[in-house]
Amino acid sequence: MADSAYISSSDDDRKFTLNFGPQHPAAHGVLRMIMDLDGEVVERIDSHVGLLHRGTEKLLEYKTYLQGLPYFDRLDYVAPMNQEHAWCLAIERMLGLEVPRRASFIRVLYSEIGRILSHMLNITTQAMDCGALAPITWGFEEREVLIGFYERASGSRMHSAYFRPGGVHQDLPPDLLDDIMHFCSRFPDAIAHIEGLITENRIFKQRNVDIGVVDEKMIMEWGFSGVMVRGSGLAWDLRRSQPYEIYDEIPGDVFKVVVGNNGDNYDRYVCRMEEMLISCDIMKWCIENMPEGEVLLAGSKVSPPRRGDMKRSMEALIHHFKLYTEGFHVPEGEVYACVEAPKGEFGVYLVSDGTNRPYRAKIRAPGYPHLAAMDHLCKGHMLADVSAILGSLDIVFGEIDR
Amino acid sequence: MSEALKELGEHISESCADMVKSFHVRHGELTLLAERDSILRLSKFLKDDNQCVFETLIDICGVDYPERSQRFEVVYHFLSMRLNQRIRIKISTNEGAAVPSLTGLHPSADWFEREAFDMYGIRFAGHPDMRRLLTDYGFEGYPLRKDFPLTGYTEVRYDDLEKRVVYEPVSLVQEYRNFDFLSPWEGMTKELPGDEKAEKEADNG
Repeated sequence: MADSAYISSSDDDRKFTLNFGPQHPAAHGVLRMIMDLDGEVVERIDSHVGLLHRGTEKLLEYKTYLQGLPYFDRLDYVAPMNQEHAWCLAIERMLGLEVPRRASFIRVLYSEIGRILSHMLNITTQAMDCGALAPITWGFEEREVLIGFYERASGSRMHSAYFRPGGVHQDLPPDLLDDIMHFCSRFPDAIAHIEGLITENRIFKQRNVDIGVVDEKMIMEWGFSGVMVRGSGLAWDLRRSQPYEIYDEIPGDVFKVVVGNNGDNYDRYVCRMEEMLISCDIMKWCIENMPEGEVLLAGSKVSPPRRGDMKRSMEALIHHFKLYTEGFHVPEGEVYACVEAPKGEFGVYLVSDGTNRPYRAKIRAPGYPHLAAMDHLCKGHMLADVSAILGSLDIVFGEIDR
Repeated sequence: MSEALKELGEHISESCADMVKSFHVRHGELTLLAERDSILRLSKFLKDDNQCVFETLIDICGVDYPERSQRFEVVYHFLSMRLNQRIRIKISTNEGAAVPSLTGLHPSADWFEREAFDMYGIRFAGHPDMRRLLTDYGFEGYPLRKDFPLTGYTEVRYDDLEKRVVYEPVSLVQEYRNFDFLSPWEGMTKELPGDEKAEKEADNG
């Protein structure tokens, strides 16, 4: 891939080291890369991460299980609820809790909203990395609406803390479902508009087709997951292969696993576009089939009593106080729970010693192994491809640095 | 599901009797306890064996148990996309001993092992580039160890006179308060105490 027109008399003239970031719009946050270049060809990339390290895992060891939950919003902050989901699943599996059906539907609905939020951000910023400035303004218009749905369910636009062990915090307000349905009916048009800007764009294609090709061997060796796998033609989706919540009930014509062919940047872009439409279909299906009922396990030790009960029952009042001070105890043991987050497999490895706080909580972020493979992926590519590849990896530093 | 995992566990512990100490299936997950020095051979077997095909390394992490003589546990998670199964391998180590690195077999182990070194000071033999990963340049100590305080030892601020960021020892206005809610009672039981009275009263009334 070296430019043959550029030939220098000696090898040493062309070799130099370039520092990229940590403050660079194409770094998608705070990534510093030391790049060894031969002319414009990348020879080695040494990524320096950790500039956003906040010690989440350490903090979790000092918080009760419920207090730890909001930290998960701050990991991959473009799709907060998907992270909470893994934490809740881990706790529920340890305690052997069964989530009410309506709560399961709401969780799936909001996980898919999170997926659209994340993919929308990724696609439009990747387009920006490749020089297109308009898509991000169009994409963010849709994101804004979805963030509004987050707010109406949880009261917060980003750090929602909405999924709780045993269900979701509150039931959805009336007519929210109608509004989401309305959004779903017009969302494909919005996607079509954005697609019109990017998909057949000559510059975008030149920057992305056949760039950053990922093959099966690389997927296995580097621990890829999510779109990084599906873009290369492997139909691996945790929602299908290791289903949780009600994903196994969703009929196959609603929930199709999208796969690419070539495993390059462009195929991953196409996969994300398609996945957003599928997410939209899943959301519709969830709303149509949403059952009535409880959204948080009633009368369990992990959920607070309802306000009305607390006015009449002393026990409910005590329980409320104990839950929010001492928290609940999780039996001794260990569990690994994972979900198909927008970026790939997001997992939580939880070790409990039987107290009210986790003994150890390891967060397995999908972007972490993807970024670790950056050196391998970029070797032999041109300098300009680095930002295109980085964009297509879908990196968010909240989850990588933790 | 757990029957199949049990069979798999038996298969592995029979084939690698010298490497596997024991195995158990809990919460629908298979966990193997393995010998530290044979982890590389074991994961090679797990990768190549027809019934395992654990080609993807999902995660490596450390866990600290200061009261044990082998203080650290290193926990490996593997996934087989082909057979759709997962496994967890646990080994024990301490500060002095080095764990064989898996980087040759699974390149993704590179960053996971660097992180485990960064956070716990666990050493990996044969790792090509063992540097700190997530903590600050020039950081000292291993933050995820249980004896490392939550607040850390140093804090940074921008010094306007020196025109640079300076490091200072942490000064707390108030000591960090670590509330211990572990009551001498058993904690909350499933049924709230006193609930049975409410039903009785309802019967009477």
